[in-house]
Amino acid sequence: MADNVYDAIVIGSGISGGWAAKELCEKGLKTIMLERGKNIEHVKDYVNANKEAWNFPHHGRRTQEMIKDYPVLKRDYPLNEINLDYWVDDRESPYTEIKRFDWFRGYHVGGRSLMWGRQSYRWSDHDFEANAKEGIGVDWPVRYREIAPWYDHAEKFAGISGNRDGLEILPDGQFMPPMDMTCVEKDFSDRMKKLFNGQRHVIIGRTANITEPLPGRSNCQFRNKCWLGCPFGAYFSTQSSTYPAAMKTGNLTLRPWAIVTKILYDKDKKRATGVEVLDGETNKTYTYYAKVIFLNASTLNSAWILMNSATDIWPDGLGSSSGELGHNIMDHHLGVGAGGTVEGFDDKYYFGRRANGIYIPQFRNVGGDKRDYLRSFGYQGGGSRSGYQRSAEEVAIGADLKDALSEPGPWTLNIGGFGETLPYHDNKITLDKTKKDKWGLNVLAFDVEYKENEKKMRKDMLNDAIEMLTAAGAKNVKGREGDGTLGRGIHEMGSARMGKDPKTSVLNKYNQIWDAPNVFVTDGSFMVSASCVNPSLTYMAFTARAADHAVSELKKGNL
Amino acid sequence: MNRREALSSVALLLGGTIIGAEAFLSGCVNADRKIGSAGIDFSPDDISFLDEVGETIIPATTTPGAKEAKIGEFMHVIVRDCYEQKEQQIFIDGMTKLNEASKKMNGKPFLDSTPEERKKLLIELDKEQKEYTASKKPTDPPHYFRMFKELTIWGYFTSEPGATKALRYVAVPGRYEGCIPYKKGDKAWAT
Repeated sequence: MADNVYDAIVIGSGISGGWAAKELCEKGLKTIMLERGKNIEHVKDYVNANKEAWNFPHHGRRTQEMIKDYPVLKRDYPLNEINLDYWVDDRESPYTEIKRFDWFRGYHVGGRSLMWGRQSYRWSDHDFEANAKEGIGVDWPVRYREIAPWYDHAEKFAGISGNRDGLEILPDGQFMPPMDMTCVEKDFSDRMKKLFNGQRHVIIGRTANITEPLPGRSNCQFRNKCWLGCPFGAYFSTQSSTYPAAMKTGNLTLRPWAIVTKILYDKDKKRATGVEVLDGETNKTYTYYAKVIFLNASTLNSAWILMNSATDIWPDGLGSSSGELGHNIMDHHLGVGAGGTVEGFDDKYYFGRRANGIYIPQFRNVGGDKRDYLRSFGYQGGGSRSGYQRSAEEVAIGADLKDALSEPGPWTLNIGGFGETLPYHDNKITLDKTKKDKWGLNVLAFDVEYKENEKKMRKDMLNDAIEMLTAAGAKNVKGREGDGTLGRGIHEMGSARMGKDPKTSVLNKYNQIWDAPNVFVTDGSFMVSASCVNPSLTYMAFTARAADHAVSELKKGNL
Repeated sequence: MNRREALSSVALLLGGTIIGAEAFLSGCVNADRKIGSAGIDFSPDDISFLDEVGETIIPATTTPGAKEAKIGEFMHVIVRDCYEQKEQQIFIDGMTKLNEASKKMNGKPFLDSTPEERKKLLIELDKEQKEYTASKKPTDPPHYFRMFKELTIWGYFTSEPGATKALRYVAVPGRYEGCIPYKKGDKAWAT
């Protein structure tokens, strides 16, 4: 076999790319995983993983120079001194904002699996059926029954801790033992159950932090430093989980600095034949060939690659024949919530730093509830004791101030909404041929915004949060209505949706491009709607299912 | 008796008439006047001045104070690298203002004041900043003493001595217990 010929090519090494590589390798395919950025080796390259605030010159705070250098990153928490190296350099990789879109990317091996929030929830048929019931977008070609075994498969390998809550709206999975709630969270949960007749549930977050060891991985040590890279391998990332599993098969080759510029397409066979790669360090061009291609470059970049592919046949790129490629961009809209203080628990505290919170599954437009907008939202939050950051206004300065701030302060309870965004055809990305990145490649232009439905939902997100905290007995409850600019949910979805009809969708139900069935797009691109739960677990499940289908089709000679 | 006090005594003794004594004295007073005059590149005098301001806000008790956490240098680094120019100016002017307020209240520059005088002054300035902060418009600039205080608290509790000695620090907790008893006086967890 020539050194540029493989059974399978996986474009991208983040959550879904890592999964594709693992599954394909374990099924015996010689696979190359192409990553556009640098390598980050597990443990060895987590250079800040054991540092504390005092080991950073600015104790973690962003500097004016960083603000100047990172015009996009500065819009939210990613711009900080602690893990700046894991985020894309805005200067090298600009994009065009016809409308503002906050795009927070990770161009390195592992992608955003290194910095992700790890919250892992299943969809239910309530989500899969929503488009069909309401006549929005297109229907999902898949139902829960079909994907459930793949959720099992993904959870068992990734390691998800969570409680079996028995909720129809949020199906239970193959969980490791749940993390504890704090006293205040338990109290909140009990009160909500009573006050809302079992319609609103406060549960412990289901998170991809393992609470029992897995091969090569230690259980969570409760340092709450996940986003620096975990030396214990205690949270799911490409590095801790899928990459070592794929390497163990002897079938994986990893190629960092490989920017895929296009997928090569044979119009007679109606199959992709390989990919063209630009070396990110040397600017040299390479070609790799394979029978199967998994496209996992992250939702918007996967669309970018398709837009640049097979343009001699389809001017708007491979997968564009339906007119849906690059359209229906979704995210979760956030920034709305409430917080307050809780009395009566001054004799209670906790031990350890839990990198997880509480979760309140969607309850609006669920069951008999009917609102003046479609879909719903969930809340994430937590109840904890405030620390030195609180203002101890009653003490001015001196030893009294020091003593006061050295003790834990009042309990606070905070929740923030994650709202579903509808798939609007006119929320789209296109190629901006007037602007180039560091490598001379055209960049994406964003024309994406949330609309009336989301605006109405945000009112409920605010009022319900205030109502629930107040009902729970919290004091000084304050609502907040922050910036809901799309992108900052960092849950981009929908640029190449799946469907039942090649005329209205880019992919079939197994994530295959209708016009090139040996190309599988299994990152967030395939999403037909957004639900309001964090999406990565769903990408894992669909990726594993697609890989299974790919190998079976390959064996049948259908690819 | 330090050199400053020695000279003052001499001047006092001689009725302040010695030619040149003024220059000697002003040399020392100038060390205070110079506070803030180096702009954003704080002088060693600025750093000691801020160390003492910080130490007055968070003094050494049974645990280290802000000076041991090198709070002056920390404030310098943050003001230099993280503050906007406008904020930097407020901070730098604030050093002079604090010294002026000290002279007005205690009749001498901050560094020449006793710990009690320093404390009395900063309690007054804290009152001033609280009143200002409560009534200011969101677009109004912050009060300089609020900056000093916030930087001291944040810098101290995220410093190694502050986090590991004034607070309870466990590098690798290894487990999580969500609901355990707490008794008044137990320290908060660091980070």
